[in-house]
Amino acid sequence: MRKVYLDYAATTPADPEVVQSMLPYFTYVFANPLSVHDFGRSAATAVDGARDTVARFLGAKPDEIVFTSGGTESNNAAIKGAAFAARGRGNHIITTTIEHRAILSPCVFLERQGFSVTRLPVDGSGMVDPDAVRKAITPQTILISVMHANNEIGTILPIAEIGGIARERGVLFHTDAVQTFGHIPVNADDLMVDLLSASAHKFYGPKGAGLLYIRKGSKIGRFMHGGSQEKNRRASTHNVPGIVGFAKAVEIAERGEAAEMQHLTRLRTKVIDGVLGKIRRAQLNGHPTERLPGNVNLSFRNVQGERLLRGLNAAGIGCSTGSACSASNTGPSHVLDAISGSLRLSLGKQVTEEDIDYVLDILPREVRMLRAVEQA
Amino acid sequence: MKMCYFDHAATNPLHPEVLESMMPFFKEEFGNALSVYDLGMHAREAVEHARAEVAALINAKPGTIVFTSSGVEANNFALRGAAIARKQQGNHVIVSKAEHHSVLNSARFLEKQGFVVTYLPVDNHGLVAPDLLKKSIINETVLISITHASREIGTVEPIKELSAVAKERGVAFHTDAIASTGNIPVDVQDLGVDMLSMTGHQMYGPKGIGALYIREGTRIAPLIYGGIQEGGRRAGTENVAYVVGMGRAAQLAREEMNDRMEHVRKLRDRLVQGIAGIPNVYLTGHPENRLPNHASFVVEFIEGEAMLLMLAMKGIYTASGSACSSKALKSSPVLLSLGVPTALAQGSIVFTLGRGNTEEEVDFALAEFPQIVSKLRAMSPFANKGWDYGTKNDTCYVGG
Repeated sequence: MRKVYLDYAATTPADPEVVQSMLPYFTYVFANPLSVHDFGRSAATAVDGARDTVARFLGAKPDEIVFTSGGTESNNAAIKGAAFAARGRGNHIITTTIEHRAILSPCVFLERQGFSVTRLPVDGSGMVDPDAVRKAITPQTILISVMHANNEIGTILPIAEIGGIARERGVLFHTDAVQTFGHIPVNADDLMVDLLSASAHKFYGPKGAGLLYIRKGSKIGRFMHGGSQEKNRRASTHNVPGIVGFAKAVEIAERGEAAEMQHLTRLRTKVIDGVLGKIRRAQLNGHPTERLPGNVNLSFRNVQGERLLRGLNAAGIGCSTGSACSASNTGPSHVLDAISGSLRLSLGKQVTEEDIDYVLDILPREVRMLRAVEQA
Repeated sequence: MKMCYFDHAATNPLHPEVLESMMPFFKEEFGNALSVYDLGMHAREAVEHARAEVAALINAKPGTIVFTSSGVEANNFALRGAAIARKQQGNHVIVSKAEHHSVLNSARFLEKQGFVVTYLPVDNHGLVAPDLLKKSIINETVLISITHASREIGTVEPIKELSAVAKERGVAFHTDAIASTGNIPVDVQDLGVDMLSMTGHQMYGPKGIGALYIREGTRIAPLIYGGIQEGGRRAGTENVAYVVGMGRAAQLAREEMNDRMEHVRKLRDRLVQGIAGIPNVYLTGHPENRLPNHASFVVEFIEGEAMLLMLAMKGIYTASGSACSSKALKSSPVLLSLGVPTALAQGSIVFTLGRGNTEEEVDFALAEFPQIVSKLRAMSPFANKGWDYGTKNDTCYVGG
């Protein structure tokens, strides 16, 4: 049976070059970068080199990069760290209803700690109105966090515009760029962000490696207490192979991002046009143009997403209904709770035209079958 | 030049079998462990298998193991999560003065959040007295954290006795077992602890993965919020390859424990015996109750970092203080907590052995080290006239 992986938004396979770059740091250069001897320094040099690469890619300075264990940790560090550091100056946080759980859950935690959170609604295509952000700002507002692109419906939000408003009002601005970093241009200055989260495994790097960009001068509390790693901001022995692999994934993205965007956008169009042409009462969720190149999110009237997912999985197509972080949880997605039968196909490097043809063959059949069962 | 790596307390190389076990999860088995199709399910099975292995290493149930990104995260999670979950109950926390930074600095963070922390003194071997712990517990005490074994001085604490004291008073007990798990037998039932931190890279697994054991029924607030991973106790896409690596490392550690312990103990004893022959060198930590791979000393009249760098020039890699503080170039708080005078604490040198070390390497170090000490002492302004310790107390450290 043909196997087609269309869940690149959940995770991606590490690029073979990435794996290759990591291997020496598991075995030969295995030292602790904090060790004083030259063996330790050789590991520290690898971490420094990776930091330079990643910083350059982001248009940042190396000491504005803190390596973490992943996007979720980065988001927690940003939200909780910024909130606690600003306590006393204000207690109001602005975010949106479509953020990832790694933003929404820390916000709930902060509410229990006495902070107040405004969750801005989005329009039918998942867009946030920058004006709504402006109106939500109060003298108590200490942090705004709006995701760069949504992980389920793929909508790319107007971050630069919101960043401009935040800067004008002197409010710290964070964006969760886990879905965009390494896929579409992400530049800290262009986006006007103070804090930015990214994760390596979403763009062919290893799992367990992420970063938080912290613009110089931004006040953020320590997240992990312990040793002096990451300039006292994030203790723990460095995951040297993970950090090196992260940087290698960045290098690969740097040279191939434009081509990948083109490739994925073409495949995406093919899927969307194919599905909407072949299946009646099908709907594309998210924004028609302002969307991630690899994201397709569809719903089909009278079709349960879970059932459709199972049918596709049985036909060798790996995809999901919403975000992987809630995949085992069968409750409706908080992003799409109004829409039933949503299906996310997220495309990536290894997807071919033939894979798409296969999906366009299987998917209409599955939908037809489920609708027939539903009617019977 | 041959490398003699005697810095296993800082970190370890991967066991070749560990790396082998990880490789498929970087490649074809790259699924997200929460995905419902086969790739995701393979990842889930691998994570659960690893969880069972880690649990078996410490005689726990698989459901009590929560994977984290490191031992430091496990310590932060335990200290902050358990304290905050008990905030209504009381605001007093007890740790020892000889804890790792990740425990001490988490405790300091708790102080800023309104907790009161008692820092228990240790004796000149680094031991915490159960009686003293008993006296320090007050009605408001909600959490006690004492390290199982010190990375810096190798002392193994009487956790069983200490946790019994905590249990008697109904106080949650955590132990930082990062340096001990995988190196000596660690049995959470026998130790009687409620929480226990460990890390992959101290047992020849990868850096960037750790775990916290949480006894069933122990209340703890998450440190990292988000998805439903790890039963909602630790969000974030599971680092499947590393989790698998830690599981394999735990399995190997369990199988090879006795051989590894015997191997490093023999080498360690040889090293200690040889170094004891150098005048004015003192073993730090407990002479018997210590990690079998651990030999730590203070050398009079000279600086640890100078020794370390000269040893490194010969390809012999050691530590001075713990790796996490060794860039700070100040006296180790752990050594000071033993009562080692500040000046003498500067002369700290730590050899920690591993499964790959050989007798030859130890002999090479034993040939080089005395020469390095002599050379440095010849340059030291203190060597001839002795050191003025100020409040010197001869009984405050162990003579070598």
